[in-house]
Amino acid sequence: MASDPRRKAPRPGFVLDVDRSTPPILFHHGDNFRLEKLPPGRSRVIYPAEPLPGLPDPEESIRQALLNPIDDDPLPTLMTPGMKLTIAFDDLSLPLPQMRKPDIRQRVIEQVLDMAAAAGVDDVHLIAALALHRRMTEAELRHALGDRVYDAFAPQGALYNHDAEDPDGMVELGQTRHDEIVTMNKRAAESDLLVYVNLNIVSMDGGWKSTATGLSGYSGIRQHHNVDTMQKSRSFMDRHNSELHKSNWRQGEVIKNHGPRVFQIETTINNNTFGYDGPLSVLQKREWEWTARDRATFLGMKTGLNAMPASSRRKIFQSWKAPYELTSVQAGEVEAVHEVTLENCFKQHIVPVEGQTDILTLGLPYICPYNVNSVMNPILVMCLGLGYFFNMYRGQPLVREGGVLIMSHPTPWEFHPVHHPSYIDFFEQVLSDTTDPAEIEKKYEKQFAEDEWYRHLYRTSYAYHGVHPFYMWYWGAHALQWLGRVIIVGGDPRSVRRLGFQPASTLQDALEMASDVVGPHATITHMHNPPILMADVS
Amino acid sequence: MGVIRESLSGKRIAITGATGFLGTALVERLLRAVPECELVLVVRPGRRGAQHRVDRDILKNDAFDSLRAAFADDPVAAGGLEGETFAEMCSRRVTALKGDVATDGMNFDDESLAVLATCDIAIHSAAAVSFDSALDDAVEVNLLGPYRVAKALRDAAEVRTEPTPAGRAPGTPAHLVAVSTCYVAGSRRGKAPEQLVNESPFFVDVDWQAEVDNARLARVEAERASRQPDRLEHLRGEAYGGLGPAGGPAISERTEQLRQRWVGKQMTHAGRARASSLGFPDAYAFTKALGERALVETRGDVPVSIVRPSIIESALAEPAPGWIRGFRMAEPVIAAYARGLLKEFPGVPEGVIDVIPCDLVVATILAVAARGPKTDDNGEHHPDVTQIASGSGNPLEYGQLVDLVRSWFTEHPVYDEKNQPISVPEWSFPGRGRVSRQLGRAQKGLDLAEKVLDALPLRGRQAEFGAELEERKDQLERASGYVELYGAYTECEAIYELDNMYELWNSLDDNDQANFAMDPKLVHWPSYVHEIHLPSMVQQARLKMSPGNRQTSSRNDRLRKQVLSDNRQLAVFDLENTLIASNVVASYTWLATRHLDAPDRARFVAKTLREIPTLLALDRADRSDFLRYFYRRFEDAPVDRLAEDASEMLSDLLVTKSFPAGIRRVREHRRLGHRTLLITGALELVTEPLRPLFDDIIAAEMSVSNGTYDGRLTVVPPTGEARYQTLVDYASAHDIDLQEAVAYADSSSDLPMLEAVGFPVAVNPETKLASIARKRAWLIEHWDKSKGAPSRTLPIGPLSHGINSHGNNTRGTSKSRKFLTRSKQ
Repeated sequence: MASDPRRKAPRPGFVLDVDRSTPPILFHHGDNFRLEKLPPGRSRVIYPAEPLPGLPDPEESIRQALLNPIDDDPLPTLMTPGMKLTIAFDDLSLPLPQMRKPDIRQRVIEQVLDMAAAAGVDDVHLIAALALHRRMTEAELRHALGDRVYDAFAPQGALYNHDAEDPDGMVELGQTRHDEIVTMNKRAAESDLLVYVNLNIVSMDGGWKSTATGLSGYSGIRQHHNVDTMQKSRSFMDRHNSELHKSNWRQGEVIKNHGPRVFQIETTINNNTFGYDGPLSVLQKREWEWTARDRATFLGMKTGLNAMPASSRRKIFQSWKAPYELTSVQAGEVEAVHEVTLENCFKQHIVPVEGQTDILTLGLPYICPYNVNSVMNPILVMCLGLGYFFNMYRGQPLVREGGVLIMSHPTPWEFHPVHHPSYIDFFEQVLSDTTDPAEIEKKYEKQFAEDEWYRHLYRTSYAYHGVHPFYMWYWGAHALQWLGRVIIVGGDPRSVRRLGFQPASTLQDALEMASDVVGPHATITHMHNPPILMADVS
Repeated sequence: MGVIRESLSGKRIAITGATGFLGTALVERLLRAVPECELVLVVRPGRRGAQHRVDRDILKNDAFDSLRAAFADDPVAAGGLEGETFAEMCSRRVTALKGDVATDGMNFDDESLAVLATCDIAIHSAAAVSFDSALDDAVEVNLLGPYRVAKALRDAAEVRTEPTPAGRAPGTPAHLVAVSTCYVAGSRRGKAPEQLVNESPFFVDVDWQAEVDNARLARVEAERASRQPDRLEHLRGEAYGGLGPAGGPAISERTEQLRQRWVGKQMTHAGRARASSLGFPDAYAFTKALGERALVETRGDVPVSIVRPSIIESALAEPAPGWIRGFRMAEPVIAAYARGLLKEFPGVPEGVIDVIPCDLVVATILAVAARGPKTDDNGEHHPDVTQIASGSGNPLEYGQLVDLVRSWFTEHPVYDEKNQPISVPEWSFPGRGRVSRQLGRAQKGLDLAEKVLDALPLRGRQAEFGAELEERKDQLERASGYVELYGAYTECEAIYELDNMYELWNSLDDNDQANFAMDPKLVHWPSYVHEIHLPSMVQQARLKMSPGNRQTSSRNDRLRKQVLSDNRQLAVFDLENTLIASNVVASYTWLATRHLDAPDRARFVAKTLREIPTLLALDRADRSDFLRYFYRRFEDAPVDRLAEDASEMLSDLLVTKSFPAGIRRVREHRRLGHRTLLITGALELVTEPLRPLFDDIIAAEMSVSNGTYDGRLTVVPPTGEARYQTLVDYASAHDIDLQEAVAYADSSSDLPMLEAVGFPVAVNPETKLASIARKRAWLIEHWDKSKGAPSRTLPIGPLSHGINSHGNNTRGTSKSRKFLTRSKQ
């Protein structure tokens, strides 16, 4: 299907007004799907843009970027024999889902390593910049970097996961003009050159956030990962209106002045999440364009999924590797590079939308940044809906203040015991007490962040840091403040109520419930995501 | 003022059995209705003396509620002195006297006799009424009791130096009113007049003294039989079956308990057999009959009156409608029926069930006491008999009672644990044999189910099902006990005549008749059953009359709060199945398979699976032996590699299979400042990654030579009583009071440890521990694995890629070959 015209001339994202002839709309529903008929006359659907064409020769584009960096010298000229070189790279939370081999990180790092070898640099460390995320397993590292890199560095102990709780492994670089502490991985901080290999899937990623957050620890991260900052970030997907990013950029200043020399490599990918063909391709088509074959595929898939136990469904979806293509690569000085990256990112994601809506509907998929090869627990459901999707806006939120958010997800009361131990306790202990982010922050954050057992599991097992569930909750703090009501369709009522939301068994019921808040003739907007879109709301 | 009050005024009345149902009612009525009398209550002293017993076990009873309220309101109107409180009135009028009717001489000393000497009347209402009392116990209390009281009264009269305040002269014994039972007439049909037992043509006159001797001998023989080697062995087996591998001392203690229970059962059986051989429904009626006989024969110059009630039931009006003390004759049967447990009860619908409200009995006794002993024309005392029963004048038919009970429970159903109302069955009035057979079958079914459950390695909620089954079995056992016992009563179709009673009744003036109602005709059975008896009975029996939260959940909350109180000092945890759904075999298998290639893994798994039954059997027999045997497999395992694998196992096996609520609980204890301790039979290398969770870990340790383990234990895994000892040593080393310690464990092999601490918690208990924990009201926690945990059928280590993070090759080095080949075999 290489001749598919859509590859060469992809259509931009657009807003569909729902009328009587509009077919039922696809809602992601965890590891399953729903087809929902939206009320005609007052509903609209925002579709993402079709995938932009990938770069024809990624290897060459990467090489050119490294040799012709923005506001910086060519990478080979920065490398000298005997120097200390550290390559840090984005962790498992990007991209979503994991991409097909070879991963972009592998492509970039192989070239960086080749240049380092040519320059006679021996002292090279590779660090997964996971901040307070869980450690990557051997298999996951091999997937991201390739066997060649892994086998060459891991056995020597030169490829490893960042450990923010290693008492001997962290340094404090100083404080920002707002008195924010800046901490960094000691090896990275003490390197002559820190090359950061980034993979931008959304506009939140990259820039100073890569190093200031990714290689930092709790004392540095808590400066911006807090309720106040998140409530002032409108949105945290819009770098220039995000308090989160401003704080990271201030920390970047400190890194620039007191830290290692940073060479930033940023890449963007297209929207080809489910492929042009294959079993899931139907998910990135527009419903009224579904062929008979698409319909049959979808029906077959849905019947199959319905018959499967949840664990098998999870296995199938988690094994899906997206055929993402590289759309841009830029290297050099952090801030200049990031501005270009944002442009490339928005090119794919931005969809202009006129005006806000009373009710925003979302179909939440099976994956978010924190459950790769894991379980999407209720807290992550909240974070994906109220954190990520709600904030996919520029200008003003898609839904008006006091409006209603309706999300569709099974929200099972399930947790991965190894990956999310502190989430379990957060859900059982903290949320049963209060769901107010500020109160949670005040009352419980310290206890979880400094818990010895969580620290032990973060360092030696594969657990997210004890404080991580709090950040998930803070991520939704802006939305919690903004919205009049949150309803989850088709979720486990017990977990939905624990989250402080209202359960509904069908979308019709949910709309009925929403009318208590926004009236019976409320406008409805459905965000057809993923593939990813970002609404530019005027 | 009526005749009764007038006659009893100024008298001192001794009462035995005042802690019983009838006795309490007597005390209450006398204190309330005869304000001018004084009471001497003969009670068995508890540890804290007779007075304490009177205060706690008698005067605190709710029978006194209305009198207490009246005193608070207006002491003078309530019959007291100006400004007097209820307690002051009691201490003025009530004297506690320690004494025991089951002992020769009643444990009286001179001082006691002197107190007794001040009494003009003695009411003997102490009796062993329990349906399963042992023959010799019943003999001591029911047969010899009245005889001993009479003797004490004679002795007291001898030591009396001056007349009693009411004027009874020295040497003149007090009037003894002995409470007996209508059923001394035996199981027979027809009229049963108010005559002494030996005057009845149906009475088989046996030598009561010989019965006493033989009852005592039966005890000696039963004790001897219980110590026969075969019997002891059997009992020990039974103890093991109930407790499992709980260790020697616990089994011994249990065996002794079971032996005593066995002796008790033999004695109960002996009593029932002897009673029925002489035509009595049970040992109670039999010993009561001989007690009357012994009393009359040995009374000397003690004037005696006998009052025989039939089955005493809750009060008609006084002290309060429905008032009852204890769980009495018909109640357990009715409760069992309401719970749907008893589907049938023997009896004929036309048969008469002779019950009598307790206030009518009290009135009769007081009327007899007020009237005084009967004398003939020559002034000679002759023992007289007064019966108080409903069968002749106002019979309650068995069929009618069943209808009343059934209609009431249909309208007011009892709720089961799932909050479903239980519908009560219709009775078909079968014969006693059929009911017994039915119950027997049900019991056999439950026995079988229990055996099956016992044999299955169940845990947690399923195991609790086993415990429920056991509870049901207990209830059923009790139900068949009732059938056996009370069934005999439903077959007693004697009509108890009330000539003397009515003579007494008619002699009373209107005032007395109003205050001391005793005519059974006053009872309107339908309203008595529906409005008085059943509402009070369901309260007494604590039947669940409305759907609602299970009591257990609130109880668990309460217990949990105690466990997590600041005052606790130590929380000790078992590991396997308490905090983690895993065991030593799983961790060994995980470690051993981690470095095997695919075909070897398959072979290893097959072999281990074959071994499982043997291992399980060994584990059940003795856990220490099992661990010693099993750990030999680690011989030649390289220390370094296992340490590294163990840290990987933390994620892949331990945390994956952990109970998050359990892990959370450990940390809650730590946060509260309690010391936390893990005691486990698992290997130290396995528990090493868990170190940050606990203050201390006591685990099995293996000795090491040349960098490999040799499979021998240097620290014996603490199990059973060794675990208890380890805990005791630990506590004393750290100056911890075990009464302030909490222990969490899952198996009955941890029983010694659980019993040692003040706050035991059964976590996901297996069947035996579940039933023990339920019986002792321990906190039971059900901790589950996290939903969403990766599920794996077999605990196989993910294949190591051959290189660890330090770059060492971890595939079979020569050192580790034996460990691996052992696994390959």
